[in-house]
Amino acid sequence: MSLIGRAEPLVPSAVSAAACAHCGAPLAAGQHRFCCTGCEGAHALVAGLGLDAFYRRRETEAGALRPEETAPGLDLAPFVTTDRDGTQRLELLLSGLTCGACVWLVEQALAAEPDVLSARASLTARQLTVTWRGEAARANDVVALLARLGFRAAPWSPACLRATEDAEGRELTLALGVAAFGSMNVMLVSVAVWVGWDMGPALRHALHWLAAMIGLPVVLIAGMPFYRSAWTAIRAGRPSMDLAVSLGVLATTAMSLSETLRNGPYTWFDGATMLLALLLAGRVFDRAARRRARQSVAELLALQEGVVSRLLPDGRMEAVPAENIAAGDRVLVAAGERLRLDGVADADALLDAAATTGESVPRTFAAGDSLPAGAVNMGAAFAMMVTAAAKDGSLAAMARLLERAEQAKGRFVAIADRASRYYVPVVHAVAALTFLGWWGLLDAPWQVALVNAVCVLLITCPCALALAVPAVQVVAVGALFRRGVLVTSATALERLASADHAVLDKTGTLTEGRPVLVPEGQDAGTLRRAAGMARASRHPLAQALARACPDAALAEGVREVPGQGLLAGEARLGSPAFCGLGPSADGMTMVFRDGDGAPVAFRFADRMRDDAPAAVAALNGLGLPAELLSGDGEGAVASLARRAGIPAWRSSADPVAKQARIEALKAEGRHPLMVGDGINDAAALAAAHVSASPAGATDLAQTAADLVLQREGLAALPAAIRVARRAQAIARQNIGLSLTYNVFAVPAAVGGLVTPLIAALVMAASSIVVVLNALRAGKE
Amino acid sequence: MDSLFLLVPISLFLGLLGLGGFLWALRTRQYDDLDGAASRILFDDDHPRKETPK
Repeated sequence: MSLIGRAEPLVPSAVSAAACAHCGAPLAAGQHRFCCTGCEGAHALVAGLGLDAFYRRRETEAGALRPEETAPGLDLAPFVTTDRDGTQRLELLLSGLTCGACVWLVEQALAAEPDVLSARASLTARQLTVTWRGEAARANDVVALLARLGFRAAPWSPACLRATEDAEGRELTLALGVAAFGSMNVMLVSVAVWVGWDMGPALRHALHWLAAMIGLPVVLIAGMPFYRSAWTAIRAGRPSMDLAVSLGVLATTAMSLSETLRNGPYTWFDGATMLLALLLAGRVFDRAARRRARQSVAELLALQEGVVSRLLPDGRMEAVPAENIAAGDRVLVAAGERLRLDGVADADALLDAAATTGESVPRTFAAGDSLPAGAVNMGAAFAMMVTAAAKDGSLAAMARLLERAEQAKGRFVAIADRASRYYVPVVHAVAALTFLGWWGLLDAPWQVALVNAVCVLLITCPCALALAVPAVQVVAVGALFRRGVLVTSATALERLASADHAVLDKTGTLTEGRPVLVPEGQDAGTLRRAAGMARASRHPLAQALARACPDAALAEGVREVPGQGLLAGEARLGSPAFCGLGPSADGMTMVFRDGDGAPVAFRFADRMRDDAPAAVAALNGLGLPAELLSGDGEGAVASLARRAGIPAWRSSADPVAKQARIEALKAEGRHPLMVGDGINDAAALAAAHVSASPAGATDLAQTAADLVLQREGLAALPAAIRVARRAQAIARQNIGLSLTYNVFAVPAAVGGLVTPLIAALVMAASSIVVVLNALRAGKE
Repeated sequence: MDSLFLLVPISLFLGLLGLGGFLWALRTRQYDDLDGAASRILFDDDHPRKETPK
């Protein structure tokens, strides 16, 4: 499977002196061995279990295994299934599981627990199955252990299941195995016939029967995926490549059978089975590459998928999946949590609605205001009454908008289908004319005429043509995967290659989409103390402060006053009002005050990504002039556009306006590339010619986008366009190659000069040329 | 040519044995995690270091 590869490590596995001994991230000045206290704890845990060998074999990306500062809040006991003999089983999706050493570490660490019966991780599916004897609540200990090691776990959800549920893939693998077995064994018999000049007719007859006995079941079983797809194409009234393959294979088999019955000199069972084997191999690789991309997207989504806390009438709380909440239920929204449902709060709430409206600054929603799902709670925990169940809410409405836009996109015809639309009728017409020519004009017996007609079908049978585009796709998608770009749609590369305009969202796309500390010359010691306190809170601003000083140790005895701030002895950290100052205008300021000392303010802002201007310039250089489309106010948008080097911008665009702008561009004949991360971008993403969403985008945006950038930053985007264009050029070349080959092969077949030996040689040679050419698509 | 009556069945039998092996591997889900299987052979200790209560 080297064609597909896995994400390349950014650091060599041998950890250099300046990298964290646990996660491999580069160390900041003054740090010794570890980048944060979490990594230090993880390293001690691994060493304590006697599993240090992990660090010698690790191939993970730098920083991927840094343990999160806050403990996972989700209770996993409800996801445990109890088997009949009393063993508990938990299936988890494990993020960060990227190399063999990780599999080893996770399995050994869990197996060392006395009550764990088995732990088995799948590297491809990122799935972990743990069984143990005892209480279901042990599930949380398992997840806590994984979190301390740096792995994030989420319950194995239906979304992951859909992505990996691979009945179709298994059927293809089965078909490939059968076809490979059949073609090799038939070839064994056929070669004997080809080289056996002195063979008697009786023996030849026997060998043909042998070939038929192997070949017939193989053609029936291994060809099923093609026949099924061809039948769909017939019913839709559109000729497809699979129809050509099916007709060619079936006609060849039928004719070989009749030749066997009347003891003719040649049969073509080898050609039919080899064709199937080659095509199935291409298809299995294609699937494996795309499955990996889908899997990674499902993983991102599962980690976001939430459980909400429902408030019961008696005051207790229970964790329930969001889709089980009905309108009228009351739920608790914790500080820093994302709202899963629309609702009305009982009290004032401070929400960051960047994902739903594009506003970059959080604002206060008064009691009774309707709160949009998708916003993040920046203030204290509050209770709200749900106004619409998940399937009727604003998120679902957006999903429906998205679905309509996706349907419109379904009309895009891939280049391979365009080629087969002309190719299939032409080939079949040539075959029919060959039959009529030999039978009608040259007065040959009808058997001979039929043999030559079927030879035309066999030799043109678009082996090279059918491999031409998928082979390039596999290589290009694999190369992009290694660069951290997930390609989720089969035609995304083609559409990306032809994009000629870029529309960018502001918050979360050009900016980082989360608060970052604005350095204003605060004293380093104060920053360290404040960050140590901030580490105790899940509030987004506190977390941003903790990120700004990652090596600050967790302060002791911190008490949180919900919605206001943190107390540790005499020291206070929190909103300006909490520390005795006036209220802040935008809710993006935190103040630290030690007793009666002078208050120190920490301001936060949503910073522009460092590589945004370079990415915009690179897009421009590739012929994609950029424009900025944001739901935020005019001032913020104009200033960012200037700094990022974007001449055209629009502010205060709501989801419908964004989609309308995309439609307008398309009406002008442009092919817009839309890049966005928010729920408000989803409809525009789906409507665009091709779309991408950056790391950390909302789940709805990731579902709508054709490409998902896994790593921070936009730098991968211009690179992806270059790879897509190169892939497209090679795909065209490949189609040209296979057409050229037909120009030479078809006259030979029409003239009746093609023996099975020549057919087999020509077919294999053309496929190899096409595949070798496709391998160039991965290089940049 | 009589040798063919022996050799052809033998070669077919061996081929079918291979196919049978492939089908068995597919059915026992050994193709589901190809990446994991590739690194698993490098693990030194197949079994966890503890007495598993079975």
